[in-house]
Amino acid sequence: MSPLLEVTNLSVAYGAIEAVRDVSFSVAEGQIVSLIGSNGAGKTTTLRTISGLLRPKSGTVRFEDQPIEKLPAHTILGRGIAHCPEGRRLFGRMTVEENLHLGAYVRKDNGVAADMSRVYDLFPVLGQRRHQKAGLFSGGEQQMLAIGRAMMSKPRLLMLDEPSMGLSPIMTQRIFDTIRELQSQGTTILLVEQNALAALALSDRGYVVDLGRTTLEGPGRDLLADQRVRAAYLGEG
Amino acid sequence: MATLLQQLTSGLVLGALIALIALGYTMVYGIIQLINFAHGEVFMVSVFGALATYKWFIPQSWQGTWQIALPCMLVGAVLVAVVLAVLMERFAYRPLRNAPRLAPLITALGVSVMLKEFVRNFFPGATAAVSVPRAFVDKAITFAVPGGTVVIQSTGILLVVVSIIGAVLLQTYITRSRMGRAMRATAQDPDTARLMGVDPNRTIVLTFVIGGALAGLAAVLYGIHINTVDTEAGFLNGIFAFTAAVLGGVGSIKGAVIGGFTIGVIKTMAGQYFPGGTEYDLVWIFVLLIVVLVFRPQGLFGEPERVRA
Ligand SMILES: Nc1ncnc2c1ncn2[C@@H]1O[C@H](COP(=O)(O)OP(=O)(O)O)[C@@H](O)[C@H]1O
Ligand SMILES: [Mg+2]
Repeated sequence: MSPLLEVTNLSVAYGAIEAVRDVSFSVAEGQIVSLIGSNGAGKTTTLRTISGLLRPKSGTVRFEDQPIEKLPAHTILGRGIAHCPEGRRLFGRMTVEENLHLGAYVRKDNGVAADMSRVYDLFPVLGQRRHQKAGLFSGGEQQMLAIGRAMMSKPRLLMLDEPSMGLSPIMTQRIFDTIRELQSQGTTILLVEQNALAALALSDRGYVVDLGRTTLEGPGRDLLADQRVRAAYLGEG
Repeated sequence: MATLLQQLTSGLVLGALIALIALGYTMVYGIIQLINFAHGEVFMVSVFGALATYKWFIPQSWQGTWQIALPCMLVGAVLVAVVLAVLMERFAYRPLRNAPRLAPLITALGVSVMLKEFVRNFFPGATAAVSVPRAFVDKAITFAVPGGTVVIQSTGILLVVVSIIGAVLLQTYITRSRMGRAMRATAQDPDTARLMGVDPNRTIVLTFVIGGALAGLAAVLYGIHINTVDTEAGFLNGIFAFTAAVLGGVGSIKGAVIGGFTIGVIKTMAGQYFPGGTEYDLVWIFVLLIVVLVFRPQGLFGEPERVRA
């Protein structure tokens, strides 16, 4: 069976700056796959290209066996890929509820209200503060809302860019538990993290991105045990 | 007392007109940070659109019946305004969406000149006043007040009522509807809005359509109230409306309305009571604008300029 998402020899540039040179990876249905790598490696650029916000210079992105790298960004969510961006990017002047409604913008069915209650069950604090402006929230609460907003579209693939950034260890644990929970409910997950240890421990598969290239890959546990990974990203050696 | 109330009444009517036009400036700026300087000309062309509808599309036997003439003129003017606004967005501004800010500004000036000349193709004498029929209840209501009377035209009342209802409906649409949410999302963070599946072009066109429709509405009400129009009508009213939008806080609907009424009232009051009279009434509008901007650069109800990472 072909993978749900397949990125092949992707290269992306900002003008003269080649941020992504040669990235290839695939995500099988039902898995958690993580891209790890140091700051500036090209992880965010890769996700933004999959979402159609950036155009690749070369390479392909296939989702459900269709090429999507030329599609306009606003059609990607409708295909089943939700993107929870780096820095969360909530609509800070809108309420929790409005942010969730925007997450469900492309949906035409009438299950939106029920899914909104599901998000509130998962994160009760969001339910209690549903009429408050998102910009007033703490980092952890904002991340919950960002994930809730991405869930509202019922994506087949959820891409999370540094969900643990700036969060306390307890809150980070909470977010990672949620990611596993989403996987168990059938959502496929592409996770980008600098927190390599936590990400790989959770992942079925991992890829190391270094200077715009995917250099190592393997099952999460194998990468965790890999000497080169430990030296470069886990602060050992 | 009577004079004061009379000037206040006239000021509110002028303010209602300015507010309707200002909504178009503020909506477009709110979503793409473009000052659409040609918006005043869209208003002006729509007055001629209303006039053309009256002269060429309404049978003479019905021209005197305002219940028929007014709705027809409204449809004609709004249609003209919306088509113009959409064409302008598509062919003048969209290609410049990522250009430096000066480029669309200069384009707007070019579009303004073009629209004036366009009107003169159909109304060759229109640099001077052309008369517009008073297609409404032709009646002035007179109130007795201490020291005299206050007169208000029925068309003036119509202007105020339509302006306020229009602004309230618009505000409700923006805050409550699905498309309104999409517009606000695009205004706050266009890339993230796209991640939500919002088509930026669609929301931007919708913004121009709404602004155009309100300008078309304003155009008819202006035409039947003032009874004349010339090709310069867009310039001055456009400047007033733009100033109102900035005063109220560009991007804010409430701000555009309050800014519009404030400017209308200041202008008439200054014309009556301030040194220099009507010859200097414009000066006071800009004095107020400067004073407000010194203390609140974002305008009365504007959001402080957003800073993005
Ligand atoms: N908007 C941009 N313009 C120019 N260069 C950029 C831009 N965004 C990122 N870059 C550069 O691209 C490279 C990859 O960045 P990014 O994809 O954000 O990496 P990561 O998410 O792995 O930290 C970096 O060298 C960064 O400086
Ligand atoms: Mg990044």
